[in-house]
Amino acid sequence: MANVLETKNINKYFRKPVEFHVLKDINFRVKQGEFASIMGKSGCGKSTLLYILSTMDTDYEGELFLNDKLITGKPHEELCQIRNQHIGFVFQFHYLLTEFSVLENVMLPARKLGRKSSVEIEHDAREKLKTLNIGHLAEKRASRISGGEKQRVAIARALINDPEILMGDEPTGNLDSYNAENVFQIFKGLKEERGLSLLVVTHDPDFAKRTDRIIEMEDGRILS
Amino acid sequence: MTNWKVIFSIAKTHLITKLKSTITASLGVTFGIGAYITLVSFMTGLNKMLDDLVLNQTPHIHLYNEIKPSEFQPVSRFEEFENALNVVHSIKPKQSQEKIHNALPLMHYLNADERVRGASPQLRAQIFYLSGSIELGGSLLGVDIMEEARLYNMRDYIVDGSAEALRNTDNGILLGAGLAEKMSLGTGDRVQISTVEGTVTPLKIVGIYQSGIAEIDNVRSFANLKTVQRIQGEAENYITDINVKLYNLEDAVPMAAQLEKQFPVEATDIQEANAQFETGSSIRNIITYAVSITLLIVAGFGIYNILTMLIYEKMNDIAILKATGFSGKDVQYIFMSQALIIGFAGGLLGLIIGFILSRLIDRVPFETEALPTITTFPVNYNIGYYFIGIIFAFISTFIAGYLPARKAKKIDPVRIIRGN
Repeated sequence: MANVLETKNINKYFRKPVEFHVLKDINFRVKQGEFASIMGKSGCGKSTLLYILSTMDTDYEGELFLNDKLITGKPHEELCQIRNQHIGFVFQFHYLLTEFSVLENVMLPARKLGRKSSVEIEHDAREKLKTLNIGHLAEKRASRISGGEKQRVAIARALINDPEILMGDEPTGNLDSYNAENVFQIFKGLKEERGLSLLVVTHDPDFAKRTDRIIEMEDGRILS
Repeated sequence: MTNWKVIFSIAKTHLITKLKSTITASLGVTFGIGAYITLVSFMTGLNKMLDDLVLNQTPHIHLYNEIKPSEFQPVSRFEEFENALNVVHSIKPKQSQEKIHNALPLMHYLNADERVRGASPQLRAQIFYLSGSIELGGSLLGVDIMEEARLYNMRDYIVDGSAEALRNTDNGILLGAGLAEKMSLGTGDRVQISTVEGTVTPLKIVGIYQSGIAEIDNVRSFANLKTVQRIQGEAENYITDINVKLYNLEDAVPMAAQLEKQFPVEATDIQEANAQFETGSSIRNIITYAVSITLLIVAGFGIYNILTMLIYEKMNDIAILKATGFSGKDVQYIFMSQALIIGFAGGLLGLIIGFILSRLIDRVPFETEALPTITTFPVNYNIGYYFIGIIFAFISTFIAGYLPARKAKKIDPVRIIRGN
């Protein structure tokens, strides 16, 4: 099966306050339709790795491929475009734009992409919300809904441009077990129904165990 | 690729949810622009009034025959003394008439010139006003009153009576306001005048003339050209001054030089006569712009502060926008467009407030002896200043918004997201 994401010899250093080798020779790939999780202790570099993979962090050595195309070294504008179109991102803290309605939050990346008319985008956004069982929240202000709901809205927003891969930085870390289970089921459903690739950084062993593959990290290296 | 629709909708949402700061920032611009419009309208209105006061009364070119010594004494024309040092003591003015030579053909020539709006003849006579046994020294100007009214707004300065009354009355006189007061005379009365030679003539007062300049009003009166020629016992071609008004003020200097060469007359142009006048106008303009720019700089700092605060508050939003694919430039544009919207809204309101204040000033009574035609403060409603005002608003908010917006552009989303 095709590789969605691939890294070759990625190394990263923190230069402040002292030089520190965070990531050492990271080589791995995520296949299409694979649900992978990254586990490891705090400070082992798993979040750092995720931000490099998400193209937001460009200060590293080595090569990063998305859909077998080299991403490393592309200009800032192009990386934004790639991030907008091909990568969905879910954070631990839900990070919605609190002044906008739920619907506007979900629509925003698609409006940035500008491939569809606003009517189509609104229709798509409502569909996404409905499939996540939060269609009734569409008109509410993003600051007025609960944590679990916020995370589902964030997932809907990550999916609006139909990305190839969804990345999560401890997406369940801030949720109670009921909502965490809910999010896991959503992820699983996305993988099974749409063949979406998922890469999730997590602390939760129960969550990781149920994914297709666990990538374990320690001291900046991948163990397995 | 920039999607302006999205950027504007985000900017709009930010502005609306922070309505208080938005209004505060806009009001800063409003005061700056409002003050600029008010000041500039009032100042230029005042300038224009003062310009009119002097320039309307002043001919663009003044032609006359000056009594002065010859530039070349006969001895310097004598070839045998060519290389000698000639000293002539007690030089006297050349014997000559006061009138302009060939004045009537010269008038015809000037009135045919296409640059000339009109050339009007004058005869200046030194006379005495007789009031009982008192003799008041003064001057009587023989003029073509209808030409004076057409070219130099003479009507504005006739406070009683009319220009037509003088034209229709052969032995009429427009008496200076100061003289009328001194001699306790009014329209309809008679005044005796005496020439330097001692001929006494009674004239009928058909109106009162008030220029607003006391020194003039105390000595000067107007009569018909023919009347003064008759009093002086001179012929109909006896004219001492020709005043020329041009269509274009800039032509005055070259034309005066040309006339001096072409005809045996002295020609003074308006620039020569009123050089100091321009200085006053330009200093008033400098003050207006200095005050307005200061106000706008203050408003600019207000906008700078508010946007900087907004960007600190919106750190998370900026990070999330960048994470979902908005580029640094998009984020910069979001904040820039907020600044410009504030500038536009504030500026527009400023123009309206400036206009209202100008209207108010326009209504304030302003009556002064010196300006008989003015009843309220003068205000200049030039549309150009409103354009400059709104452009000012845009420029100042652009500069004030640029720095904070660039800061927002440079925010690293990873640091914000990890920092939480």
